[in-house]
Amino acid sequence: MSRTTLDLWVGVFVAMGIAALLFLALKVGSISGSDIQSPYTLSARFDNIGGLKARAPVKSAGVLVGRVSEIRYDNEHFQAEVVFTVDGRYKFPTDTFANILTSGLLGEQYLGLDPGGEEKTLAPGDVIKKTQSAVVLEKLISQFMFNKAAEGEPAPAK
Amino acid sequence: MGGVLRKLGSMAIDGVWQLGFIARFFWLILRYSGQSFTRLHLTLRELYFSGVMSLLIILVSGLFVGLVLGLQGYETLQRYGASDSLGTLVALSLVRELGPVVAGLLFASRAGSAVTAEIGLMKVTEQLKAMDMMAVSPIARVVAPRFWGGVISMPLLAALFSAMGVFGGWLIGVVFIGVDNGAFWSQMQAAVDFRYDVLNGVIKSAVFGVAVALIAVFEGYDCVPTAEGVSRAITRTVVSSALAILAIDFVMTSFMFRGL
Repeated sequence: MSRTTLDLWVGVFVAMGIAALLFLALKVGSISGSDIQSPYTLSARFDNIGGLKARAPVKSAGVLVGRVSEIRYDNEHFQAEVVFTVDGRYKFPTDTFANILTSGLLGEQYLGLDPGGEEKTLAPGDVIKKTQSAVVLEKLISQFMFNKAAEGEPAPAK
Repeated sequence: MGGVLRKLGSMAIDGVWQLGFIARFFWLILRYSGQSFTRLHLTLRELYFSGVMSLLIILVSGLFVGLVLGLQGYETLQRYGASDSLGTLVALSLVRELGPVVAGLLFASRAGSAVTAEIGLMKVTEQLKAMDMMAVSPIARVVAPRFWGGVISMPLLAALFSAMGVFGGWLIGVVFIGVDNGAFWSQMQAAVDFRYDVLNGVIKSAVFGVAVALIAVFEGYDCVPTAEGVSRAITRTVVSSALAILAIDFVMTSFMFRGL
């Protein structure tokens, strides 16, 4: 085999390999999905985080604004402390609500930020005070059952 | 009793000796790499033989693995009404595990065995010794180009395997079964992270490339210079490459993807 055809084939091979890598990076994965610029860290304490995991998305108004970086147990408050990073382009007011929400009925859980009306914004390292825990399905069902039972009870007493 | 212990001891010593020999051989390859890169066409030639010639088997296998993943994944996912996540399933299993591992196994049996056979036969016909006599280092002239050819082609082949597999999964899922095209891609893109999934897969395949290429050139260089010795060396290349890939894969997966 002559030198030029060999070079050509190797060139084709390397180009194909790089094209496949680009395909994996751009079409299969999304670089933009993890493209969080100059992130800053915030944290929030929850009574119950449900199934929230590290690396879970942080969304505000449905838009990805950051990711959960760490979850630890706060032994002082007996609460879960969720540390997350937020894209530096986005600032949130100090009275922002942090909720643990579920995407879809059985989907993964994520951290939702509902901005309030305060003028001051959260600085890096701040703790969000207003939080709402994950909805635990068992509690919801038992509440519903008790309510139903309570509704049914007075009837025979009459 | 003493005989058994003695045998165990000799096995341990042999194992450690072999390991040290491989490590020194690896160091020697790295040291002579600069010298062999001054004649780049040698490495390009090996890139052709181990990379370009493996293209067909890698692409075809990738396509079929993707097709099977599409069928089996759909079968299971539709029970839970989650057939839209087919893209996620196919892409994640390929990019994280199947791409690097299966491409590595195929590469070891297609290219690694050929490299071992070639170097082994050179040793049998005393070409390596002849090079040494002419003050041409056989490591720089024969071993290093084959090593680098393997190391460079392995990540590219694994990426091609994964890309082809995703195409296969798309073909079955979207074209034949009728999963929604938009959901297939958007769920996949939402779930596959570039750094966490794709880059870790590429790192895996690069490590497998080093392992397979090192085992292949070492077994060839180390073989007993007879017809039987060469055949045994080829068998050892394929077996130990496969074991090395699977063992390294487990270790790397447990470090990279803890699920937390």
